[in-house]
Amino acid sequence: MSNPKNEWPLWEVFVRSKAGLDHKHCGSLHAADSAMAIQMARDVYTRRQEGTSIWVVRSEQIIASDPTEKGSLFEPADDKVYRHPTFYELPDELNHM
Amino acid sequence: MYTQAMDLMAREAKPKVVKSAEDLQREEAFEARIDAGDFIEAKDWMPDHYRKTLVRQISQHAHSEIVGMLPEGNWITRAPTLKRKAILLAKVQDEGGHGLYLYAAAETLGTSRDEMTEALLSGKAKYSSIFNYPTLTWADIGVIGWLVDGAAIMNQVPLCRCSYAPYARAMIRVCREESFHQRQGYESLLTMMTHGTAAQKAMVQDAVNRWWWPSLMMFGPADKDSPNSEQSMRWGIKRVTNDQLRQKFVDATIPQAEILGVTVPDPALKWNAARDSYDFGEIDWAEFWRVVGGEGPCNRERLAARNKAWDDGAWVRDAALAHARKQAVKQEAA
Repeated sequence: MSNPKNEWPLWEVFVRSKAGLDHKHCGSLHAADSAMAIQMARDVYTRRQEGTSIWVVRSEQIIASDPTEKGSLFEPADDKVYRHPTFYELPDELNHM
Repeated sequence: MYTQAMDLMAREAKPKVVKSAEDLQREEAFEARIDAGDFIEAKDWMPDHYRKTLVRQISQHAHSEIVGMLPEGNWITRAPTLKRKAILLAKVQDEGGHGLYLYAAAETLGTSRDEMTEALLSGKAKYSSIFNYPTLTWADIGVIGWLVDGAAIMNQVPLCRCSYAPYARAMIRVCREESFHQRQGYESLLTMMTHGTAAQKAMVQDAVNRWWWPSLMMFGPADKDSPNSEQSMRWGIKRVTNDQLRQKFVDATIPQAEILGVTVPDPALKWNAARDSYDFGEIDWAEFWRVVGGEGPCNRERLAARNKAWDDGAWVRDAALAHARKQAVKQEAA
């Protein structure tokens, strides 16, 4: 069988569904190089007008936060309600501030 | 299609392992997340058995999509009109795409694409039994869309809520596309049944006669022979039992057959007002196990076709990689 080193590298695919929106992660695929990755991403992820632009990036290049550090990373935001506009009670006469 | 993999797994003995206190604690936390309806992502801790079960199910699901391209691909060059040919091409391309979504989801669990391909090509991995039947006439293509994809949808919709998020996301994408598959098949049959000659109508009925029972087998063994791993149900890898899904499929399909003007080859089929469901005959389980075991009409042909495609494509894979490496070296030197 094939040598694992001969497997095409893995790429992550991000698609912008229409002008004005963010590119959003939609999956991954194997391709020999970036040009092939873009072409394959078009065939695999945008067969029904799902995209107007594609980004691809080698999966090994993505640095992700550690799920076990979820608490220390994100919990501090839980008790900072004053960062949201709804925290402040203002008189109705102000209308929409 | 594709929960068949789970049932085969249940037949194998589970190895007993001694767990450390830490693992037990992590397992408890994991189970609590599942109970809370949380999704599990690739990098989250998960029990070994959860990971193994998923790799097995997702990869076999992917293999089914890929092998599923063969019976239909058989008719692309012989489609009766340009319109039908374009539709069939799009559908077969979708099946390839579904296979790729699923392989990618399985890879997030730490298995490699090559390992999965190897398992398929060597015959170690299974795929859905349905694809081991031949497509003899053009009507088979319509019937596959209507019955086979119809059964697949029935099976796959509950998987969109699977606890393993990458699988659930892939299934959402797949289900969105399957609906076109079923509708195009039914419409193609409807065209033949409404405007066709007597011979064409007979061809549709003949295709239904051949595909009906294999379609019902897609839901896997009867519940009494499929000790539904309670754990798999809890994990949401399997959400509804085989017999429940099969019943749901029969109840949904018979009215569609009536509109189409065909019958299904089951003398025992009868509406049961008390159950508000159709009663139907017994599946030929000997045939089911024969096909699953590799002795169906096309098992050898399907595996040979996949092996040939893989072997014939080897130089393309190698050349593309060699080119990419050469370009990378050039770029670095510049």
